[in-house]
Amino acid sequence: MTGSTLPIESQVPAEWRDYFALTKPRVMSLVVFTGLCGLLAAPGHINPVLGFTAVLCIALGAGGAGALNQWWEADIDAQMKRTAKRPLPQGHLRRTDARDFGVALSVGSVAIMGLAVGLLAAAILALSIFYYAVVYTIWLKPRTPQNIVIGGGAGAFPPLIGWVAVTGDITLMPVLLFAVIFMWTPPHFWALALFVKTDYAKAGIPMMPVVAGEASTRRQILIYSIVLFVVSLLPWLIGGTGAIYGVAAVALSGLFVAFSLPVAFRRAGEDDRMAPEKRLFGFSVLYLFALFTALVVDHYLLGQGALA
Amino acid sequence: MTPEEEQQLKRARRGRNIALALVLVGLVVLFYAISIVKMLD
Repeated sequence: MTGSTLPIESQVPAEWRDYFALTKPRVMSLVVFTGLCGLLAAPGHINPVLGFTAVLCIALGAGGAGALNQWWEADIDAQMKRTAKRPLPQGHLRRTDARDFGVALSVGSVAIMGLAVGLLAAAILALSIFYYAVVYTIWLKPRTPQNIVIGGGAGAFPPLIGWVAVTGDITLMPVLLFAVIFMWTPPHFWALALFVKTDYAKAGIPMMPVVAGEASTRRQILIYSIVLFVVSLLPWLIGGTGAIYGVAAVALSGLFVAFSLPVAFRRAGEDDRMAPEKRLFGFSVLYLFALFTALVVDHYLLGQGALA
Repeated sequence: MTPEEEQQLKRARRGRNIALALVLVGLVVLFYAISIVKMLD
């Protein structure tokens, strides 16, 4: 893009930071981390260069999907305080540029993954991008209050892709890692949605607290956190991990349920500061980092990752 | 376009070009490393 083709809607010329912001760097950090953990915890060996390439491709794919998401949702983002500062609502770049950037990142990441790492890992990466950008963002997010449950699937792919990059096939263990993030996402995001509820209502997104009401959302947060407790223990119970992961999962998931309880059994009053909801949201991010760290530590110290 | 706007535009373009150059150099290094690894396999 050259200066002479700057769009009318653009007030400020696009900087590289605007493109970087399109990739949702904060979401990407979680994606890179869980993808790397899947790769490190998988049985077998991968050349470090190819391992790095795999994680890079997961990150680029997630960035591409994030850019496509912002391209599609620019109008919605403009209406919400949390997202109004994103580059498209700010008019820093043209929507078509965001779209092209997203497509280029997506296609590039899948192509490099396929050539350097393996076809199955590339296929799952492609599926995850399609799932997030099309199935979630375009199709289901504006249509159903179950959007977050469905969207959780997209965020759950990275450890599966990292694992498959090493092993070349899908076994029960990486599917369980997928299931952990899948069950983690709804309570994580609904806790957030409870304290930014008004924004979603304004933008017309059928977020659970807006559609089903707060009480129902709070109940569902607890239900999911209990299911998460069970699912997070399964890798240990089937013998795929050792006791380090097992103990960490019991402790962390137990805390998760403990943080969900006050959220589940209370009603927010006028001008509520939503402290329990914010605490749960904050802990949920820490939870995922800690649980996957335990998985990798367990693999290297106890060396039981070969069973899967 | 005012001189200030032109300055800003040039600065932004320069930043984008440098970022793109770094990305391209990174890809060259990456592909080289992948090729060597694959050949040694």
